[in-house]
Amino acid sequence: MAAHLKKRVYEEFTKVVQQHDELAASAKKLRLTKPSKSAALHVDLCKAASPADALQYLLHFARRPVEAESVEGVVRILLEHYYKENDASVRLKIASLLGLLSKTAGFSPDCIMDDAINTLQNEKSHQVLAQLLDTLLAIGMKLVENPAVRMRLIDVACKYLTDSSHGVRNKCLQLIGCLGSVEKSVIKEAESLATQDVQKIIGDHFNDQDPRVRTAAIKAMLQLHERGLKLQQTIYSQGCKLLSDDYEQVRSAAVQLVWVLSQLYAESIVPIPSSNEEIRLVDDAFGKICHMVSDGSWVVRVQAAKLLGSMQQVSSHFLEQTLDKKLMSDLRRKRTAHERAKELYSSGEFSSGRKWGDDAPKEEIDTGAVNLIESGACGAFVHGLEDEMYEVRIAAVEALCMLAQSSPSFAEKCLDFLVDMFNDEIEEVRLQSIHTMRKISNNITLREDQLDTVLAVLEDSSRDIREALHELLCCTNVSTKEGIHLALVELLKNLTKYPTDRQSIWKCLKFLGSRHPTLVLPLVPELLSTHPFFDTPEPDMDDPAYIAVLVLIFNAAKTCPTMPALFSDHTFRHYAYLRDSLSHLVPPLGLPGRKLVSSPVSPSVSPHEDPSQQFLQQSLERVYSLQHLDPQSTQELLEFTIRDLQRLGELQSELAGVADFSATYLQCQLLLIKALQEKLWNVAAPLYLKQNALASAAAKQIMEETYKMEFMYTGVENRQVVIIHHMRLQAKALQLIVTARTTRGAEPLFGMCENFLQEVDSFQRCFISELPHMQDSFVDKLLDLMPRLVTSKPSEAVKILQTTLRQSAFLHLPLPEQIHKATATIIEPAGESDNPLRFTSGLVVALDVDATLEHMQDPQSTVKVQVLYPDGQAQLIHPKPADFRNPGPGRHRLITQVYLSHTAWTEPCQIEVRLLLAYNSSRSKASARLSKSTGIDSTEVLPPSEDGIEGTIPFSKPVKVYIMPKPARRALV
Amino acid sequence: MPEIKVTPLGAGQDVGRSCILVSIAGKNVMLDCGMHMGYNDDRRFPDFSYITQNGRLTDFLDCVIISHFHLDHCGALPYFSEMVGYDGPIYMTHPTKAICPILLEDYRKITVDKKGETNFFTSQMIKDCMKKVVAVHLHQTVQVDEELEIKAYYAGHVLGAAMFQIKVGSESVVYTGDYNMTPDRHLGAAWIDKCRPDLLISESTYATTIRDSKRCRERDFLKKVHESVERGGKVLIPVFALGRAQELCILLETFWERMNLKAPIYFSTGLTEKANHYYKLFITWTNQKIRKTFVQRNMFEFKHIKAFDRAFADNPGPMVVFATPGMLHAGQSLQIFRKWAGNEKNMVIMPGYCVQGTVGHKILSGQRKLEMEGRQMLEVKMQVEYMSFSAHADAKGIMQLIRQAEPRNVLLVHGEAKKMEFLKQKIEQEFHVNCYMPANGETTTLFTSPNIPVDISLGLLKRETALGIVPDAKKPKLMHGTLIMKDNSFRLVSPEQALKELGLGEHQLRFTCRVHIQDPRKEHEMVLRVYNHLKGVLKDYSVQHLPDGSIMVESILIQATAQSEDQGTKVLLVSWTYQDEELGSYLTSLLKKGLPSA
Repeated sequence: MAAHLKKRVYEEFTKVVQQHDELAASAKKLRLTKPSKSAALHVDLCKAASPADALQYLLHFARRPVEAESVEGVVRILLEHYYKENDASVRLKIASLLGLLSKTAGFSPDCIMDDAINTLQNEKSHQVLAQLLDTLLAIGMKLVENPAVRMRLIDVACKYLTDSSHGVRNKCLQLIGCLGSVEKSVIKEAESLATQDVQKIIGDHFNDQDPRVRTAAIKAMLQLHERGLKLQQTIYSQGCKLLSDDYEQVRSAAVQLVWVLSQLYAESIVPIPSSNEEIRLVDDAFGKICHMVSDGSWVVRVQAAKLLGSMQQVSSHFLEQTLDKKLMSDLRRKRTAHERAKELYSSGEFSSGRKWGDDAPKEEIDTGAVNLIESGACGAFVHGLEDEMYEVRIAAVEALCMLAQSSPSFAEKCLDFLVDMFNDEIEEVRLQSIHTMRKISNNITLREDQLDTVLAVLEDSSRDIREALHELLCCTNVSTKEGIHLALVELLKNLTKYPTDRQSIWKCLKFLGSRHPTLVLPLVPELLSTHPFFDTPEPDMDDPAYIAVLVLIFNAAKTCPTMPALFSDHTFRHYAYLRDSLSHLVPPLGLPGRKLVSSPVSPSVSPHEDPSQQFLQQSLERVYSLQHLDPQSTQELLEFTIRDLQRLGELQSELAGVADFSATYLQCQLLLIKALQEKLWNVAAPLYLKQNALASAAAKQIMEETYKMEFMYTGVENRQVVIIHHMRLQAKALQLIVTARTTRGAEPLFGMCENFLQEVDSFQRCFISELPHMQDSFVDKLLDLMPRLVTSKPSEAVKILQTTLRQSAFLHLPLPEQIHKATATIIEPAGESDNPLRFTSGLVVALDVDATLEHMQDPQSTVKVQVLYPDGQAQLIHPKPADFRNPGPGRHRLITQVYLSHTAWTEPCQIEVRLLLAYNSSRSKASARLSKSTGIDSTEVLPPSEDGIEGTIPFSKPVKVYIMPKPARRALV
Repeated sequence: MPEIKVTPLGAGQDVGRSCILVSIAGKNVMLDCGMHMGYNDDRRFPDFSYITQNGRLTDFLDCVIISHFHLDHCGALPYFSEMVGYDGPIYMTHPTKAICPILLEDYRKITVDKKGETNFFTSQMIKDCMKKVVAVHLHQTVQVDEELEIKAYYAGHVLGAAMFQIKVGSESVVYTGDYNMTPDRHLGAAWIDKCRPDLLISESTYATTIRDSKRCRERDFLKKVHESVERGGKVLIPVFALGRAQELCILLETFWERMNLKAPIYFSTGLTEKANHYYKLFITWTNQKIRKTFVQRNMFEFKHIKAFDRAFADNPGPMVVFATPGMLHAGQSLQIFRKWAGNEKNMVIMPGYCVQGTVGHKILSGQRKLEMEGRQMLEVKMQVEYMSFSAHADAKGIMQLIRQAEPRNVLLVHGEAKKMEFLKQKIEQEFHVNCYMPANGETTTLFTSPNIPVDISLGLLKRETALGIVPDAKKPKLMHGTLIMKDNSFRLVSPEQALKELGLGEHQLRFTCRVHIQDPRKEHEMVLRVYNHLKGVLKDYSVQHLPDGSIMVESILIQATAQSEDQGTKVLLVSWTYQDEELGSYLTSLLKKGLPSA
């Protein structure tokens, strides 16, 4: 035996050496040979004196990865030891190692499967058996394409299903669940144990005596479902029985199973036990899951509440029962507070709530008819929303939201409950319910009493809650003018209490006004405090509250032409002022008799979407079509177009993204042309050392601009990315040429040329599919010349490059459908404060930063805050992911604290704070695409030059903050 | 037939004076030991002479369990242990043990110092009594003695309230005490596992009520307070010192925090401060929110709520004051009420039930002119509000608990008879279990069929399981073995081992049966026919034809002998041991039917 083993070890060695030779011959790459791991392991294991020692070696061994080539050898060694080993724990570890090893990438475990199955036969320890089955599962998962292997493993699993240990049965069921054949036909052909229906085998274990096995059986069944097998309807009744299991993990899994079946067989009919009636399966399941919302275990409750949300096929009758709870007091029917509120509202009286016995019970209840534990869905959400654990409450709110979105009548009914949740003790729950309300807001109209409760939350001290509420009010329907008035009053109260909410409140009022013009109309005289006979004093224009009122009125006036008649003179003046200063809040109004004020503003801004779109298209086409113009006029044309586009972007916010994007591109092109027009190319090399500044600066700027184009815009598609990368490639070529001309000697050029060629290579690989669209382009020509470039000397190569660069055509940039530029505005600190922020030097001061980010994807990882001190010192701060909030689609808000510190200054000075967008080219779409297309991990394929480039783009205006670090005062001794 | 006996000494079809005697498997346990608030004579305490006329109670009771610190559940404890005399263990949870003596002391003070009663327990007695208390943790199984064990479950209601499971062998009783199935601002909801007790003793205060969501109530309360304070009015909330008061404090405190309100909130001092201290300590007994946030800030360390001083009542501006007692019948709350009653901006909120005759009851029923002592009339202009904050489970909650615990019988206490009747009927209808509602002094007996555990020898178990098909948890299984009952233990062993242990020889028991068959042929021919017949019928069994002319079916022997008198009749002797009784009798009946005509 020993001799045999030794031989094996030598085989390993020789094998590796041979491989090394092969590789060296073919790829001209160096690869260090590593001594075979299996050999080392074998030696270690042979040395092991006791099981504990062996275990130590194995543990040590498991920490290091094993290459795919040597896996098989290692497995053999391990198996040898497995057979010899008497200690169960060591065998267990070996079994687990086998599983780990078979997962190694690039290793096909079919060769070790037989051995693994054989080991099962003589194994006595249940734990080791379970581990071995786990290993088989790992092997099976790697060979999942092979039906014969699967069949065989299923056979093995079925054999061990009768084992007395729960662990073994668990693993068997897991194995069957993961590998059980999904197609029926295959099963019938094969002659084996697995001819039995997999579902039946698993289903038999639903009644296992061990709860862990029952859970595993349900999970295996769910696994089958996930793999695409259609579960049989007969399982439903079994699943329902499991809902009343003693163990929570079983119940939790059973809830899922019942849910899955209810989605599969929603329309089947099932009988109601103990009666002759029949109902739809989905309704039955809904009732049962509702029942689980009052389960003893909160894990099950969360699970049940979550699943309820996705059962949208349920009949409305059942759905509405979930909010039903019959109240009684001393056997007399009582109305709920909600019903009372509704009644008061409809009778026109405002809630008094002052009488004792206001809620006095009314009619007698027939004792026989009261059903205290309803079998159906009754009151499930009432329970869920009142649950002790906030996890359950949140799940219930989410479910409510999903159901309400699909059923308007349910939305109307659940409103009362959602409004109640606004007073939950946990902020998360409150926030969640406000968001939910916003999501269903198009289905609902708030009653006055509900609005009252909603508005009461405006005084909440949490900024998130208030802003969520503003967001909600933006899209709420209010039914009466009193409601609008109430909302305005509360918002103004909010404004005085928390002046920082100004922007958010104005915005909220803007939408409130434009949604309810007819309700605002009767309020106007009161709001503007105008009087039919007397002139009232002119309000202060800088008062935020007054601005708020005006925003509401002007937005309502937009669709209500009769309103301006009610305005007094100063209102019109204020309109003109606000229209200019807060143009995003105040809409253009066609004011009668006030043409002078409004005319200069309105025509230029009024939305003429088509003409401007056309203009954009035309100006771009003009640029692209005039390729063969003389350089001078090309430049001029480009300059004009860029100017036009930039102006267009400023005027038309919808087109800003597109216009900016194309302007940037044209700018790059312009820079490139300018650089190539330079006289320096005609001058003899040594003379223009100074003059190269422009060309190299242009190259640098183009690089920067291309990064901006790639990372600052959302909605950039692949077609654009190619062009951007192409432009960058041109810039690099330019850089190379400039350097070649300015440096003497060819030595440094070698490396640069090599790098550049690699870039071209990777470009080709990344965008191989796009190349046909790039006729006549720089890259197209370059690739034709590639063989020449590779072989020629750097100086020649540079020359080739130069000519190609000059001759290459200007690529047409296709415009994407939707493109938006990422922007950021720092709201706080506002800057320009005269009071310096004083702090003791050496200590830290926290500066609150509040910024809104628009059109950002994944700001958590890309947005950074930069602080520039007057001494040029720059500090980069990574905000925490929790500092970003997402108030609406495409918008983010950064509220964070920046810590400043500095040594003492003699007088206060300003520091600059700005936001930066960090990018990393390895994260770019190109490389992501590459890894997808080749199916290999991107880091392996990409050349080193491609994934190192990280940088930042400043994308907000810097804000100046006045600070003053004072010298520390000496303590008196 | 083993039985469980339950006798309520108090709280049987009644509220107050909770005291229930349970005897289970020979163990006597007393659940709660409360006083009645409605009486001032002997009836205020349970009649302990029911347990024993003379002699120490210790001899008759194995333990006493107190569910929570309310006086109607623990008020009679010092009287019971010190004056009547009981030295056994008293079990309660840690918070109950901490807060209980404060309340008892307060109760004693009022009775002795204020009302001047004599022959009442003293402070020292309270201390002595508390020395006998053993504190338990939630879900901790406490062995009272070798057989009796108890376990506490969370009950909500008030801080430290617990439900207790009392278990002897496989018989068990669960006593709920007072409990609450809906969580509130400071406590969680009651919870019990599926322990399937033989008997569940549940309170039924709200047997006929299904309550509205607590959120509406809270919102109403907060809205009223908020509106009043905004108007610049003063709000008086009369409360009892412990329990609801803390909930309302938390409610207002968090509301103040959330809404950034500035008006002061005061709490009239007294035993509250001490109690608040314990609330701070027993964070684990509170609800999820308080438990999760106490690291940052303990919710009971109130920021906005300060101690009240008599002089503050005259301060200008809005304020909220919690004052004791809750029914406005005396003390600080009444004083403040008299000061503020004249102003319509002010408000009084009654958070609970008021007994008839108290000022609280009068103003709630709408009286606006009150006659105070000294014949002076007080006109009430302030607003009067009523809010019900009660921490008992409603009918739905009770049903939910029964569903969770799955008891075999239910017994209702702590409620009014008429209401119990309704709930009893419902419980029987929905769960199909028996439900009882004994009155005070009435004994309910229920029979149990406890499981009797038997040790089985591993060899026998393995042998028997190997015989049959796969064991099924749900079906009973037939087994052959010998039951040995010895020294209070039961063992199931194989017959051979039993014989060996008992030193007995083995006796074989054989049944032999004669079957007459009319057959003129020769013996061996007939035997052959029988053999072929049996072989044909009994396909699953081994049927052998032995050389000596007999037939073996498994281990059953069949021999044929010729009848001497009549040649045409042959006699078949069928012989089997008693283990093969089933097959043997089947064979004889088969043979008696005769052979098929060939």
